[in-house]
Amino acid sequence: MPRGVTEISQSVFDLHMIIFWICVAIGVVVFGVMFWSIFHHRQSRGAQAHHFHENTLVEIIWTLVPFAILIAMAIPATATLVKMYDPSDADIDIQVTGYQWKWRYQYLGEDVDFFSNTTTPKEQINNESEKGENYLLEVDNPLVIPAGKKIRFLITSVDVIHSWWVPAFAVKKDAIPGFINESWTNVPEPGIYRGQCTELCGTYHGFMPIVVDVRPQAEYELWLAEMKNIKAQEIASAKQSISMEELMSKGEAVYKTACAACHQINGEGIPNVFPAIKGSSIATGDISQHIDIVLNGKAGSAMQAFREQLSAVDLAAVITYERNAWGNDSGDKVEPAAIDELKMAAKQ
Amino acid sequence: MNTMAKVEHTEHHGPAAGLTRWLYTTNHKDIGTLYLWFSFAMFLTGGCMALMIRAELFQPGLQLIQPEFFNQMTTMHGLIMVFGAVMPAFVGLANWMLPMMVGAPDMALPRMNNWSFWILPFAFAMMLSTLFMEGGAPNFGWTFYAPLSTTYAPPSVTYFIFAVHMMGISSIMGAINIIATILNMRAPGMTMMKLPLFVWTWLITAFLLIAVMPVLAGVVTMMLMDIHFGTSFFNAAGGGDPVLFQHIFWFFGHPEVYIMILPAFGIVSEIIPTFARKRLFGYSSMVYATSSIAFLSFIVWVHHMFTVGLPLMGELFFMYATMLIAVPTGVKVFNWVATMFRGSMTFETPMLFAIAFVVLFTIGGFSGLMLAIAPADFQYHDTYFVVAHFHYVLVPGAVFAIMAGVYYWLPKWTGHYYPETMGKVHFWCSFIGVNLTFFPMHFIGLAGMPRRIPDYALQFADFNMVASIGAFIFGFSQLIFLVLIIKTIRGGSPATSEVWDEPHGLEWTIPSPAPYHTFSTPPEVK
Repeated sequence: MPRGVTEISQSVFDLHMIIFWICVAIGVVVFGVMFWSIFHHRQSRGAQAHHFHENTLVEIIWTLVPFAILIAMAIPATATLVKMYDPSDADIDIQVTGYQWKWRYQYLGEDVDFFSNTTTPKEQINNESEKGENYLLEVDNPLVIPAGKKIRFLITSVDVIHSWWVPAFAVKKDAIPGFINESWTNVPEPGIYRGQCTELCGTYHGFMPIVVDVRPQAEYELWLAEMKNIKAQEIASAKQSISMEELMSKGEAVYKTACAACHQINGEGIPNVFPAIKGSSIATGDISQHIDIVLNGKAGSAMQAFREQLSAVDLAAVITYERNAWGNDSGDKVEPAAIDELKMAAKQ
Repeated sequence: MNTMAKVEHTEHHGPAAGLTRWLYTTNHKDIGTLYLWFSFAMFLTGGCMALMIRAELFQPGLQLIQPEFFNQMTTMHGLIMVFGAVMPAFVGLANWMLPMMVGAPDMALPRMNNWSFWILPFAFAMMLSTLFMEGGAPNFGWTFYAPLSTTYAPPSVTYFIFAVHMMGISSIMGAINIIATILNMRAPGMTMMKLPLFVWTWLITAFLLIAVMPVLAGVVTMMLMDIHFGTSFFNAAGGGDPVLFQHIFWFFGHPEVYIMILPAFGIVSEIIPTFARKRLFGYSSMVYATSSIAFLSFIVWVHHMFTVGLPLMGELFFMYATMLIAVPTGVKVFNWVATMFRGSMTFETPMLFAIAFVVLFTIGGFSGLMLAIAPADFQYHDTYFVVAHFHYVLVPGAVFAIMAGVYYWLPKWTGHYYPETMGKVHFWCSFIGVNLTFFPMHFIGLAGMPRRIPDYALQFADFNMVASIGAFIFGFSQLIFLVLIIKTIRGGSPATSEVWDEPHGLEWTIPSPAPYHTFSTPPEVK
């Protein structure tokens, strides 16, 4: 087990080692007696059976001794658990939301809100190129938090149950639709820490990593300001028109991170599991229906609402791309401003 | 019907000829045989799925199967092994042995017995057929947590629900039959505290089955309602509660895991005394320990859900209750060791499996105790550490005990001794295979690999490769077992009625092979 970097993770590690050594000690005694009997009390060595089959005193002792050991284990376990359950006086609150198959991080009160997708290329997964150092444990936008501050996580989900786990912090909490779970951490050392979703959440459960980038307070503040700046630019660019070429190239990039996991890079989907976009009635038919399903998702299926997940430009780009790639040559171009209006309307 | 009833009551008739013998049989030995073969077939089916999983996990990256099919494999492997392999094997052993052990001519409810077996092939045919359906088989894990198994499930989930209903009906009928047999059909003088421990553990198991199978039926019915009738038991958007699903499931699920281990305790408690040539140490404490474990199994279910966000007091209660289970379980292990102590031991195949059971089950018990510690569980939960834990208690636990029981009683059933060397080869291959498979999983779990993932980060690669090699050794060594059983049925040196040196129990007073009808006149037990 990783010793981890937080006070909590270290006391969990110590607890783990205490129980482990207690179990080893019990095992050595019990198996020791057993193997000693197996070697010495075997018929081939002329052992005669001694016909005893009860001894109340011994039986009482070996009921009470384990009981005492258990109490000794329970005391430090209780103390650690009480500490873990105290999320009060947090410096920063971050809402963590599980989606099939990505995480969303919202900094409460800061207007910073983004999604974190896996960036491991398909070629590496399919063994077509060499696997990188952080294979399956790398994302586009890591969660950034300041070192030495108490961070409270509010963990929830929009679809199925996920579980947010960073082993180095000993934080693991289920993300459950309709519930908000609390957890917290305080990481003294800056660094990059990695984890994964740990509750089976569907097809790509194994491809939903978590990366936390812990930075010194000053750098964290710089990052926060930059995030706000990027957001402002996004809002501004949503008002401008973009060329078809730019939309298509941007759309392809967005498609690869947001859509290709299910609908596949070639747009053909997986038969009977994920529908194809190539040649589909939605992507070649009525444009408003296409925009609607991308923005609002399809209830009761893995198709999510991307309205909040992507910026207006990205949405316009990806829909344009879907309508013009793989022989879906509709020639339609979706303007970011039109999507922006729909996004605004949905907010009111 | 009338003629059949007449035939039934004629003394000393043998089995009917042909297929109808097996279709219409009400004989506990025939039904026991059917259960055991069915369970072995399911064990191999579920085993092939496990090998597919291990083959994919041999190396990082996706080589053989896609994530979607991988999830179907983990789900079907779990369901088939739990409901198709382990449970029917124990019912098969109970059918064969309980009437002979308590001195009864047959099970109390023979026609129901026939029915409770014949439901199973249909239930499993239905479940396996989902593999060929549009959208694929269930892919949400054997624990089928909502809403992944309701709102987001493939259409085949409905077949899965009805298959579970049928298995539940079969189990409940089997359990009723076992209770009725043990309570009403004991030979004169066979008081409760003289019952062999296999009978005792099965009696307690049967009560657990009756208590929790309806809970399982309830939870899948609620799923059915959510999927088809628009209710929202587990759908948060409709005011339902996904965590409620887990509470109901584990209220069934935790007693269920003891259903799969208590009869194993019984088998091992029969075998160790025979080969230590001593009486079992602490018989009555064994009975009380088994009862306490059964009672505790109802108040620990939340330890499967430590990470769902329970209040602190709830977390503490379930942690303490779970730790308590170590006490009666410890008593059992100490009793087995004390039975071996100062005995006169020999190591035939059943004894080898029984000793391996004690050692490896205890290792599974230790990891269970570690998992009970809630703060540490946050690091273990849903990782390979858990996979290692429950496979240690189920494979070298329950499955080894079943194999030990088969070797122990096979001469009684067939009238032939099995080839001893071949049995030992099977044991050592299985023993090495099982440990190579599951021991490294402790390490990968502690290193942080989540369970149920088709592909993994590079630091987990070495131990996964070892585990996969072990799985193939374990899997293929079961073919030795198959060949050995067929050989023993076909022939071998004839077994005496006692079979072993000084075994205790009524089953050793009748000839080998056991006649088609035994104890038509009840024996006297002094």
